[in-house]
Amino acid sequence: MRSAENARTTPPPPPRPDLDALVAEVARGDQEAFTSLYDAVSGPVLGLVRSVVRDPAQSEEVAQEVLVEVWRTAARFRPDKGSTMTWVLTMAHRRAVDRVRSVQASAEREHKAALLDQMPAYDHVTEQVETRLEQQRVRRCLGALTRLQREAVTLAYYRGLTYREVAQLLTMPLGTVKTRLRDGLIRLRDCLGVSA
Amino acid sequence: MTAADLHTATGAYVLHALPPTERAAFERHLAVCGACAQEVRELAATAGRLGLAVAAAPPPEMKQRVLQAIGTVRQEPPKVSAPGRVRTWARSLPRMALAASLAAAAALGGIAVWQHQSAEDAREQARESRQQAADLAAVLAAPDARSATGKLGDGATGTVVVSRARDRAAFVASQLPELPDGKVYQLWFDDGGSMRSAGLLEGPGAGSATLMDGPVGKASGMGVTVEPAGGSRQPTSTPLGLVTLPG
Ligand SMILES: [Zn+2]
Repeated sequence: MRSAENARTTPPPPPRPDLDALVAEVARGDQEAFTSLYDAVSGPVLGLVRSVVRDPAQSEEVAQEVLVEVWRTAARFRPDKGSTMTWVLTMAHRRAVDRVRSVQASAEREHKAALLDQMPAYDHVTEQVETRLEQQRVRRCLGALTRLQREAVTLAYYRGLTYREVAQLLTMPLGTVKTRLRDGLIRLRDCLGVSA
Repeated sequence: MTAADLHTATGAYVLHALPPTERAAFERHLAVCGACAQEVRELAATAGRLGLAVAAAPPPEMKQRVLQAIGTVRQEPPKVSAPGRVRTWARSLPRMALAASLAAAAALGGIAVWQHQSAEDAREQARESRQQAADLAAVLAAPDARSATGKLGDGATGTVVVSRARDRAAFVASQLPELPDGKVYQLWFDDGGSMRSAGLLEGPGAGSATLMDGPVGKASGMGVTVEPAGGSRQPTSTPLGLVTLPG
């Protein structure tokens, strides 16, 4: 099934510097290796955190915490369980989500209309060719999802909502939202040609 | 939640969209469900692509602040010296089960959040590791077990024991030199020229048997390489040696 699907996928992005090897050096306390790793991951980390947290000052704060966390826990990284970038972005997303959920009560989150109004936060202009290519691929593949899949995935990922909040916002049963999150990501995986 | 509910939670899990109690329940399931673990790896990588697409240019001051901060932050040591999904079966089973449960906890560390293992998870994994020890014993004792030995350079040899009926293999090395810190021996299945990781070799000096990770499948041989701590997804060095699997 996936091979048929794969015939229509876009090729994955070009190889990056060997981040796994850098993490191994960082784990041994190599600050120079950390600087190289920082250069490779800080842009995605900050962009992702901003899309969830929104407030620029808070976003920077969270991004810094994530990057220091990378330094602190490099020895715990397991390359056979996923790429460095996935590891770092998983941490970044988790921290960003924790931040918005902890402040949610005090500052009522954006209005439903505002949340549904825009697709992912592609509003950060970037000069990087690679990022722009990645945006095109992701945008195209998001466009290949059903509307419900797309809304559910983007609300959860780019806005940091729980699936219960997504269900409320989209007035859908809980079970349906959970399923859409999964089959939406599976379709994205196949469209983007992700393997792990 | 029913088991079916748990299997469908992979997407919500990687998106951090599960409330804490459901998240904990799913993580317990994840520790014992290989299909979900694989799907979580793939979907987490997919979510990462959504993150890459919104990359921004960080201000230069941020770099200064982070580099300054790491100078004052102590790094955590690795969870175990030789992390592994591979368990050695050498000494007494209870000791082995404890060590392996720690190793199993470390093996789940790729997704940062999996690292928070509850005591209950550890017990679950101890049960699982006893299962691994039993599997290893079963391979070595299988009626159809066949072995083959090959050279691993400098007088070292490796012997692989294969049970086709059980579709599993075990590996024993002798005289393999100690590696410097930060290096590990990694085992590979050779699937007609493409190498598939079969886990890390623990305590290579001890001459104890290690259950190789994953099914033998169509593998025609196996190899051993030296890799950075934690292992690699693909070999990054020339194999010390390759052993053709016995029929
Ligand atoms: Zn499952």
